Amino acid sequence: MTQKPKLTFPQPPARPDEAPDFSSIDIPPAGALDVPPLDLQASDSRDYANGMIRVLNDEGDAVGPWADYIADLDPDALLQGLRDMLTMRAVDQRLLNAQRQGKTSFYLLCTGEEAIGCGFQRQLDQGDMNFPTYRQQSLLIAADYPLRDLMGQIYSNECDPLEGRQLPIMHSSRDYGFFSISGNLGTQYVQAVGWAMANALSNNGQIAAGWIGDGATASNDFHAALLSASVYRPPVILNIVNNQWAISTYTGVATGGSRTYASRARGYGIPALRVDGNDYLAVAAVSKWAVERARAGHGPVAIEWFTYRVAAHSTSDDPSAYRPKDEASAWPLGDPVERLKAHLIQIGLWSEERHVQAQAEILDHVTTVQKDVESYGTFVNPKPTSPSTIFKGVYAEMPDHLRRQRQEMGF
Amino acid sequence: MPKMTMIEALRDAMDVKLAQDPKVLVFGEDVGYFGGVFRCTAGLQAKHGEERVFDTPINESAIVGMAVGMAAQGMRPCVEVQFADYVYPAYDQITQEAARLRHRSNEVFTCPLVVRMPTGGGIFGGQTHSQSPEALFTHVAGLKVVIPSTPYDAKGLLIAAIEDPDPVVFLEPKRLYNGPFYGDHSGKSVGWAQHPAGEVPEGHYTVDIGKADIRRAGSDVTILAYGTMVYVAEAAVEQSGIDAEIIDLRSLLPLDLETIKASVEKTGRCVVVHEATRTSGFGGELIAEVQEACFWHLKSPLQRVTGWDAPYPHATEWDYFPGPDRVARALKKTMED
Repeated sequence: MTQKPKLTFPQPPARPDEAPDFSSIDIPPAGALDVPPLDLQASDSRDYANGMIRVLNDEGDAVGPWADYIADLDPDALLQGLRDMLTMRAVDQRLLNAQRQGKTSFYLLCTGEEAIGCGFQRQLDQGDMNFPTYRQQSLLIAADYPLRDLMGQIYSNECDPLEGRQLPIMHSSRDYGFFSISGNLGTQYVQAVGWAMANALSNNGQIAAGWIGDGATASNDFHAALLSASVYRPPVILNIVNNQWAISTYTGVATGGSRTYASRARGYGIPALRVDGNDYLAVAAVSKWAVERARAGHGPVAIEWFTYRVAAHSTSDDPSAYRPKDEASAWPLGDPVERLKAHLIQIGLWSEERHVQAQAEILDHVTTVQKDVESYGTFVNPKPTSPSTIFKGVYAEMPDHLRRQRQEMGF
Repeated sequence: MPKMTMIEALRDAMDVKLAQDPKVLVFGEDVGYFGGVFRCTAGLQAKHGEERVFDTPINESAIVGMAVGMAAQGMRPCVEVQFADYVYPAYDQITQEAARLRHRSNEVFTCPLVVRMPTGGGIFGGQTHSQSPEALFTHVAGLKVVIPSTPYDAKGLLIAAIEDPDPVVFLEPKRLYNGPFYGDHSGKSVGWAQHPAGEVPEGHYTVDIGKADIRRAGSDVTILAYGTMVYVAEAAVEQSGIDAEIIDLRSLLPLDLETIKASVEKTGRCVVVHEATRTSGFGGELIAEVQEACFWHLKSPLQRVTGWDAPYPHATEWDYFPGPDRVARALKKTMED
């Protein structure tokens, strides 16, 4: 029997007027996958790319080989992880409010994805470089980036290390391992490969980490990066944050017929793993393994972090127009803060009282810094930097035509 | 002094820098073992090793994207795009990334890289091996755009470009690779060995980016040209007998406005010549600058001779190429106006 060709147009499981439905997502039990050797080959990574590495089970226990792999993790490191995520959440909430009050033009939150950046960054060393997307402020928080610099960038005031050049959230800090963010999606992914090649050629012991969202895996540079990394095998970790949504576009429009994003990397000959991105312990364990692997010279590795974008894409977006309002609460992998908190209480390191107290302390600290930074000017109360910064740094040395234009402007 | 073709001069520039600075890297499609389809990098991998000179996948965005990351991490990549016509997949990386990294990071990350690419027609290459896309790069803040017309300038400018702290788009007029070309395709071709500009010093020297060269002094009219059209302008001057001053711009961004201004103020007339298509071409920019700076010295309307606003043809290449007849007609017209 013959059939007429028929196109497919992938649709999410539920739209605004429907009940959330994640029944098609297969969630393997925690502890099901073992820890592969550091020199894992792409051909041997199928189960890791199609499965899901999870450490914390529904009861809050850390189970399986990956739990053993980080069993020597200091209790302080676990508490630090929770504090990092709580700080991230407080910063996001305060800055979202600031945007709603008109104090800045734009903001976006990483709610639900805090474990990924916080857990990954704590495994890196000074000198390693992330090539982030715009939703990786959690890398900066866990790098102990000064909140004053982070918030200054949001308000484009005197505290802004970038002197008002960039849209809020497009941070840049070489000292804290955070490459300058571009709004052109995907470009940073192949740059991370080049940076890592330079590391290998200079033999400096440093590694690079590329970051990309599920939507931008469709971009040319995603494929350019995977192929280049596969060809030259530099010390690079290629992270894919699959948060299910690219603004309003369902992740299925970027996966097409592929099973997982991790499996796509395997097609390029790069070993790949898929990880529960809402499980701080799984993130810490797999990051530790990947960093060790890259530093030991075993070449690139790809990691798909499976998570859910709880927040709107940005302050310019209204997700209730394209997905159910209560979809986040139905997400089967839960909330990263709640899961780590439950685990820490389970093992006697934490309590509800301490949690409430920590949240209050963190909020107090964040608010204090925020008030100080706001005193240098906001969009409501502007104290702008000199517009001559427009011409500063276009080139190392200012050419005549820019000098003339700056004079025309009156500076 | 040794005689070199433009190909040999470019190779020599890369050889000098590869030997002098361990941070310099050369890569692109076919540039490694084979030495490039135009042979510009022949022998460099054998001499400097495959970590310094290597082949890449056929993906211009990967080539330039990797180079951006390397440059930001302290390397000095000098990459080849096989034909300027193939640069478009890398346009995002060149214009949005390399060009703006210094500015957007407040000078914490910088991008000292060179993107070499053969440009222009005259080799029966058809529409995908003949384009002149310079205006697509001169429109971008943060880039430098240079185009040599002699082996001497090619070597000196390429060394200057590799040493430059900012990204440089380095256009190589492929019709000049083996000798000057005066626009008469049926005539006998002349090699660089017979031309004084084929004399190229050994070792390190630079030609300043941003400085034009007065190729022929004259008093009646100023011709602004670059690349292959410098020689076409010379032929047109000989053919017309008009005493023109020919300025080889060499650097389109930044532009040597002082040299242009001094010449047009003297001659009072100006003809702009380029191979690229006319509408929104770099000639429009030159004419705007000249009229703004020299309006009260002008004796006649400014003239443009360019490629037609149509795709570069294969079989009818010489009807498309702005040859000496068209340039000579513009010279006569500007003298009569």
